[in-house]
Amino acid sequence: MKTYLSVFRIRFIATLQYRFATLAGLVTQFVWGFMEILVYAAFYKVNAAAFPMEFSQIVSYIWMQQAFLPLFSLSFWDWEFSDAIESGSISYELVRPVDLYGRWFFQAAAKRLARVMLRCIPAFLVAFFLPEPYRMVLPPDFVQLLLFFMSVLLALCVVVAFSMLMYISVFYTLSSRGTKLVVGLIADFFAGMVIPLPFFPEALQNVIRFLPFAAMQNMPLRIYSGNIAGMEAVIGITLQVLWIVILLMIGKFTIRRALSKVVVQGG
Amino acid sequence: MIEMVNINKAFRVAKRQSGFGNAVKAFFSREEEVIHALDDVSFKINDGEMIGYIGPNGAGKSTSIKIMCGVLTPDSGVCKVDGRIPWKDRVAHVSDIGVVFGQRSQLWWDVPVIDSFELIRDMYKVEGKLYKQNLEELTTLLDLSELLKTPTRSLSLGQRMRCEIAASLLHSPKTLFLDEPTIGLDAVSKIAVRKFIKKINTERGTTVILTTHDMQDIEALTERIMLIGKGRILLDGSLEELKKSATERKTLVIEYKGVSLELCEGMTEIDAKEGRCVISLKPSVLSVSGAIAHLAAQAELLDVSVTGISAEEMVAALYKEYNI
Repeated sequence: MKTYLSVFRIRFIATLQYRFATLAGLVTQFVWGFMEILVYAAFYKVNAAAFPMEFSQIVSYIWMQQAFLPLFSLSFWDWEFSDAIESGSISYELVRPVDLYGRWFFQAAAKRLARVMLRCIPAFLVAFFLPEPYRMVLPPDFVQLLLFFMSVLLALCVVVAFSMLMYISVFYTLSSRGTKLVVGLIADFFAGMVIPLPFFPEALQNVIRFLPFAAMQNMPLRIYSGNIAGMEAVIGITLQVLWIVILLMIGKFTIRRALSKVVVQGG
Repeated sequence: MIEMVNINKAFRVAKRQSGFGNAVKAFFSREEEVIHALDDVSFKINDGEMIGYIGPNGAGKSTSIKIMCGVLTPDSGVCKVDGRIPWKDRVAHVSDIGVVFGQRSQLWWDVPVIDSFELIRDMYKVEGKLYKQNLEELTTLLDLSELLKTPTRSLSLGQRMRCEIAASLLHSPKTLFLDEPTIGLDAVSKIAVRKFIKKINTERGTTVILTTHDMQDIEALTERIMLIGKGRILLDGSLEELKKSATERKTLVIEYKGVSLELCEGMTEIDAKEGRCVISLKPSVLSVSGAIAHLAAQAELLDVSVTGISAEEMVAALYKEYNI
């Protein structure tokens, strides 16, 4: 465990080195968040009753999503892993007395967390002090907040476990661009990155609900805004746990298979 | 102890001719060639030995190192390192070995070197006291004190390589694999690294397996040499033995007062100028002292130097002899 914490630590430190990247990301997210909220505001002005979420829920959802973007987005690609495979420096990873899957899992999680920690505090500060309809509000009650924290952690695990499969695929494809672009976009779409899942057609929602994508940002963000509450939230969290177990098992199995016939690129 | 018995490893490599037409053709059906990187390789390395593993590019050096490290799985054959099969018992095996891949880096690019060292300490679960002791020793020997706080990206190649070598020794491995550790180093760094490797081998009793293209590395370091070519072990013996088998000729460089020298049987002229002459000598026909006596009788000799074949020439001759 100490090993994994150590991996976590160095990834965290390394991410702190990029100050301007953080600043640039922060500005982008504010602008983007505002634009999105303004678009929704226009729709809600026409007919607020036509939408499945309340406007305040949408506002919280969007601010939360922007603050937590690096935590949940599947388009955030960790080049370290694919580079290691593509260039052959995977050799060094394999001469460490550490389980490769576990190490990469913690490293990927650390990178996402480090990025979020740098960004979310200023993002929250602003979002909590904006004028009324655009302000982010706290969840309805304490239990909801607690469920939210649990769900965030689980969603991070689902996202990392899923992205691990994308990294492992590089062992077979030898190039990460395709996977990153296609899978990243599709997964983000079904995870509710573009529009929240309640806005999807009913029939589609009934399918997506049981996909791993719904166990990602969709769950914590909707729990925070109060859109999912009580028993529904408990079921949601159970689904998240289930997906983590399934994805971990697939990941462990495929990485073992990939490593048994690994070819080191570039001599 | 390392034992390799009848190890085979083949890679499939996609090949095609140049040009647009061939590229289109290859898009639909790809020609693959099977390359036998290792072809029935067997050898044994005892504890505490220092091995120079040489061979031309693409001979299979790195592949065998990677098999011994547990990175690659051979197609067939048995490899045992201290009774363990590297690729099966990978985690236990790699805690006892240190590896430097000269062409790659194990240090984190953006953070100071010391942070990478601490990560390695935790990965190998090195005890605090041992780590401190090793770190101090390595810092002095490799002159790292200035480098440890610097991010890896700001280091020069030679500085980085010294840190890489230190990083591979923090956990006091029993066996050290060095895959081209002196690649791209300047003369001063090379000498420092060589001295250090020698010291580790004699003082700690660490088994060292070294691949290199730098024959001075081999000459300075290793007693036993294995020559590999086209995936086969061609020669295995001491440097002296190899030199003997490669060629027995000696080179005489003579500076003298006078116009010209007359050579006798057993001597071949390589280069002659007024006052200077380079002669290749076959000691089985004419002894060195006999040759000097023969020449000294003709003119006043100002300077005489006798050299055997250099390791560089020897290897070139070996590559030629084995047609690799």
